[in-house]
Amino acid sequence: MSNATKLTMIEAINKALHDAMEADPRVLALGEEVSDTEEGGVFGATKGLSTKFGEHRVKSTPISEQAIIGAAIGASIAGYRPVAEIMLMNFTTVAMDMIVNHAAKLRFMSGGQTNVPIVIRTMTGSGFSTGGQHADYLEAWFAHTAGIKVVAPSNPADAYGLMRAAIEDEDPVLFIENLPSYWTPGQIDFAPVPIGKARVARAGSDVTVIAHSMMVTQSLVAAEALAATGISVEVVDLRTISPWDRQAVLDSVAKTGRALVVHEAVKEFGIGGEIAATIGEELFGKLKAPVRRLGAAYCAVPYSKPLETAFAPNAETIGAALRALVA
Amino acid sequence: MSNQARPDGKTLLEIYRKAALIKQNDERIIKLMTAGKLVMPYYSPRGQEIIPSTISVFLNDDDYICTIYRGLHDMLAKGFPLGELWAELAGRVTGTCKGKGGPMHLTCPSRGMMVTTGIVGSSMPIATGLGWAAQLNGRGQVSVANFGDGAANIGAFHESLNMAALWKLPVIFVCQNNTYAEHTSMARSTRIERYSTRADSYGMPGVTVDGNDPDAMYAATAAAISRARAGEGPTLIEAMTFRFNGHLLGEAGHYMDKERLAQAKANDPLPKLRQRLLDEGVASEAELAALERDIAQQIDVAVTAAFEAPFPDVSELKRDVFAQQIA
Repeated sequence: MSNATKLTMIEAINKALHDAMEADPRVLALGEEVSDTEEGGVFGATKGLSTKFGEHRVKSTPISEQAIIGAAIGASIAGYRPVAEIMLMNFTTVAMDMIVNHAAKLRFMSGGQTNVPIVIRTMTGSGFSTGGQHADYLEAWFAHTAGIKVVAPSNPADAYGLMRAAIEDEDPVLFIENLPSYWTPGQIDFAPVPIGKARVARAGSDVTVIAHSMMVTQSLVAAEALAATGISVEVVDLRTISPWDRQAVLDSVAKTGRALVVHEAVKEFGIGGEIAATIGEELFGKLKAPVRRLGAAYCAVPYSKPLETAFAPNAETIGAALRALVA
Repeated sequence: MSNQARPDGKTLLEIYRKAALIKQNDERIIKLMTAGKLVMPYYSPRGQEIIPSTISVFLNDDDYICTIYRGLHDMLAKGFPLGELWAELAGRVTGTCKGKGGPMHLTCPSRGMMVTTGIVGSSMPIATGLGWAAQLNGRGQVSVANFGDGAANIGAFHESLNMAALWKLPVIFVCQNNTYAEHTSMARSTRIERYSTRADSYGMPGVTVDGNDPDAMYAATAAAISRARAGEGPTLIEAMTFRFNGHLLGEAGHYMDKERLAQAKANDPLPKLRQRLLDEGVASEAELAALERDIAQQIDVAVTAAFEAPFPDVSELKRDVFAQQIA
């Protein structure tokens, strides 16, 4: 594209918010530290927005997660499109009533009379020695809740496109940002990315790896290393976790006959279980090997560096699992 | 006290009409439930009629309200359409929520009735967001958050009142204090005697009034509404009242003070207001009897139509989860 350029993930998100607010006066932003008075977010994701669009549309809040999501829900059912930031994914736990009982359910419970077009931005991810309450991937909880969409981009272009789509969506969208990827640059063409559509991040023929967010990056590194040994890996980036792109995943696994599902969340009862079960139900008999899953260890995110490194899957453990699958 | 707003005869009659509708509607629900013709969880508002009947004479269709599971009186006072109400209670597709919400999720956005929640305390954060929308709209709308005394001890109370005061939002927080949080008395819930004293700690006016006295409710509401419409911020009104039927219809209420319940029933605010209308020459006995007959007929029509209407098709399980019907 003519206007292709390179941006980091956080610049892409900032640009998406800026462009959405410019395009639609109904778009609002709120959350802890989002105004420029508080430096536009702890990492600057909302920098410049309050200066350009005013503090009536871009509101820093007290540390009050229930009230942040409640304010977003209330404004949305009255016709606005708020983007609410819950700084870290672990902090969504103190707003679960608002997210699960209200944002996700008001459309259904009202018989379609009201709807909640909000975006909840939240960041997470291990690797920064933040310990047990600042780095969890909790996407399965929300994917298990009917009525809220869950997206998790792995690169700046998808972050931009998915943010624009999430803001335009008529339903609540939880937008998961991987903190350790914030400063990674990537090509970006500012194209829209539809919610619910996966992307083949790397084509291959021997085995499919299904991942999202940081695990896509790790899977691509593993795939590159395996290519040198003659193993052809297809990497499917889910991009949207719920509703997930079943067809794209099934098409890929039907082609390769082998599947590995990887996520940074704890493996037990994670989204890998749902995806692996669906592959088993739909492709039984066509599989050349049992579907495998990789996820984080069944413990809190640990602090000590060797423990933290061993906690989540990475390119090496993904590579080893893929080699075992094709052996 | 002399400069306080007072309701004129016409307004008192309107308050009575609303309260009489709530009372008769309550009696009809209990009759049908007792006969086994209507099965639902019912949190009767009997005894609390005067509070919303008075507040709502100040409200326009585009003013927002949120209420809770014991909120039928709030909805009826603001003008909830009786036919759609009864169809919803009966679980019919002609209900306001297509039978998908029921008594705890009554919604009618065309008349500003935005949310009924079954979660104690959750009306407040959303009403705060509606207040933000009202402020952005700039048309002088207000948002009313109804909740009980039990909700005054939930964290959402603190977050919402603080945020609404901080942002000077046009929200009226109405604590309908019937002195019981489900089964737990106020004395066993808090050391303070009046929840309205908490308003001071958020920097907003707080007042405790006799919620069963139309004059007191009228004066308190007039002040709160004029403050909100003028852009001066929120108010906390603690309206003292008593519920006649315990927490959930059907439970014995052994935990309640029998003397106080008897006293409250002896001081039923409806016959008192009715007598006052006669004494002050606002209406004749014949006129009030006609008004009451008219209400009974409206309920008859609504009930008959509700039970004749079809149930929702099971395909409704796939509608209103998201904007687009799910597969």
